Amino acid sequence: MENKTQSNMEESTLLSKKVSRRNILKTAGAGSVGMLIGATGIGGLLSLSDTKITKGETMKDKIPFYGKHQAGIATEAQHHIYFASLNLTVDNRKELIQLFRDWTEASAAMTEGKAVGDHAGNPFLPPKDTGEAAGLAASNLTITFGVGPGLFEKDGNDRFGLRNKKPKELKELPKFPLDSLEEKWSGGDICIQACADDLQVAFHAVRNLVRIARGKAVMHWTQSGFQRTKQADTKKETPRNLFGFKDGTVNPNTNNGKEMDQQVWVQSGDGPGWLAGGTYMVVRRIQMFIEVWDRTALREQENTFGRHRDSGAPIGQKNEFDSPDYNKKDANGQLAIPIDSHMRLANGDGSQQILRRAYSYADGMDPETGSFDAGLLFICFQRNPEKQFIPMQHRLAKMDKLNEYTVHKGSAIFACLPGTKKGGYIGETLF
Amino acid sequence: MNNMNKWKAPLAILLSTNLLFGCAQSEENASAEKESKGQPAQAEPADDKLDGVTAEYRKYALAEIEAFVTSTEEFTNAVKSGDIEKAKATYAPARMHYERAEPIAEVFGDLDPKIDAREGDVPEKEWTGYHRIEQGLWVENTTKGYEKYAEQLMKDVHLLRAKVETVEVTPELLITGAVDLLNEVSTSKVTGEEDRYSHTDLYDFAANVQGAEKIYELLKPALMEKDEALSEDIRKRFDDVYSLLNQHKKGDAYKIYTELTKPEVKQLSQSIDALAEPLSQIGIVTGAS
Repeated sequence: MENKTQSNMEESTLLSKKVSRRNILKTAGAGSVGMLIGATGIGGLLSLSDTKITKGETMKDKIPFYGKHQAGIATEAQHHIYFASLNLTVDNRKELIQLFRDWTEASAAMTEGKAVGDHAGNPFLPPKDTGEAAGLAASNLTITFGVGPGLFEKDGNDRFGLRNKKPKELKELPKFPLDSLEEKWSGGDICIQACADDLQVAFHAVRNLVRIARGKAVMHWTQSGFQRTKQADTKKETPRNLFGFKDGTVNPNTNNGKEMDQQVWVQSGDGPGWLAGGTYMVVRRIQMFIEVWDRTALREQENTFGRHRDSGAPIGQKNEFDSPDYNKKDANGQLAIPIDSHMRLANGDGSQQILRRAYSYADGMDPETGSFDAGLLFICFQRNPEKQFIPMQHRLAKMDKLNEYTVHKGSAIFACLPGTKKGGYIGETLF
Repeated sequence: MNNMNKWKAPLAILLSTNLLFGCAQSEENASAEKESKGQPAQAEPADDKLDGVTAEYRKYALAEIEAFVTSTEEFTNAVKSGDIEKAKATYAPARMHYERAEPIAEVFGDLDPKIDAREGDVPEKEWTGYHRIEQGLWVENTTKGYEKYAEQLMKDVHLLRAKVETVEVTPELLITGAVDLLNEVSTSKVTGEEDRYSHTDLYDFAANVQGAEKIYELLKPALMEKDEALSEDIRKRFDDVYSLLNQHKKGDAYKIYTELTKPEVKQLSQSIDALAEPLSQIGIVTGAS
């Protein structure tokens, strides 16, 4: 995964220009499990410009809903996510289009910190907005919509006359070794990703959009997630995952348009034109066996990741951002960073990149085992899943030592629609 | 009945004025009601067209309560004469009349628990009515010892019949009643909690939906003037619910709740949500919008 040359180069940039670590780290997703957990390096993140990072602040914590691309993808990860996967129950194109129009209007209002619908109400009617976000700041709310394979064809039916617009990349992910997927955490016709620095604001967004969809779509599964808040993390360090390890991730530089076009945004020649400016989103609900991890000896934990826990440094190095030495041997002549360690495997040959935007989750207790149901809501964006996520996950599912401590319970793929302008609506290029 | 309705009942009493006949209310309460009647918050939508609608609904609800008296007679007689099979067979169909007319039947906060409380809703000593007998019939498989509850139930239902005569049906009662009926379904019927021993919840479910549909049908002409698309949407959602319910019918009988699969229960629940959301907009007929 890691591009060593780039990493080294940018590390020197870091030192010479004193780019603040905060700015670098703010753009990384939450901890990521699997390849997913603890890919090393901060490569692509280092050249971010300050303008991008402070955008939210200068806009008073508002991120525009309208734009060439949907927000919530290249956007710096907010503290919280509320994710919902829905199945459509509408049976005609006209109602589907109306749903996208209504969603667009409501989303634009909510991302500006406004209520859904006009305020003056008939006292004999329920209020249009559900109300729990009244008086709250927009909190960098972003709302991102994606469409799953089922929109184009379900049980052989060309339900909305969209079958011939289905991109060949948009199909259920292959079964990876060790997958233990459950229907209740998998798939969906449409997804809504609401991210905000306040969970109540994020939940309010999904709640109102699901309400608007009532009779047209039903929830299939939902998941909330969190990262440490910026208030708690005063030193602005790399977020730690629920295994306690720092999880700096390699991501394309979200401020580098060329890199984003290469790695994340679907280009006009890539397939059906309607998705140009959009991206493919992969979602995996990865349960982490934290009780098992907690009784694992420190050295074993560190060998699993290939990193030291406290400093976050690669094994054999002092600091988090030191380059790993994959050839270094220990006193016994063994590779210091084990062959099946997560970091080494995740590193691969560095040819595949994905834009990670993962969040930890804690969903109470697993009633069957009495253990925590906690883990990672892994989300990544890419231009072509067949060339990016899928080969990476195949490699990790086969060998990663971390697999002893994790299990993939949920999986979904969506085509995130391109952005829209004021007056337009999300999904308009489809129809 | 459920808890939600327990605390809603007093409000309904305020909304529906002039129910004093047959009610053991003090004069203080009566005068408080008169005062509240004049407050703007309680104001009724001044739409003459709705007068005919409320009169029609009153007729419908009274007919349902009338039928409830007859069917309760049949049920309680079976219990009293020890005919357990007949008692079981008449239990669910009898209740349907009550469930259809619930917006009016539940106005009487003192009678509703006596007739329809579930175990735990009221102190054990005060627990009477349909569900008390239901427990005897299905859990203990007997009518013995339940004759007194049958006797009491019949008395309470007669009293209800006398009292409903006094209810003034207002447009608000209809508007909130329609959605409340579906909320009843969402919170207790679809969960299988209403008829937890007989598992005949789908009968109550269907009856609540029919009661809501009646209100919709009565308000439909006024609704069509305001928002034709909304009216059509509501009609379509009712049809969706009925088509699901019909899938769970064997001849004239509904399946028992425990025969439903989890996905089927979820589907029923979601169909009620899909109906109740547009139905909650029927308040636009009040003319304030």
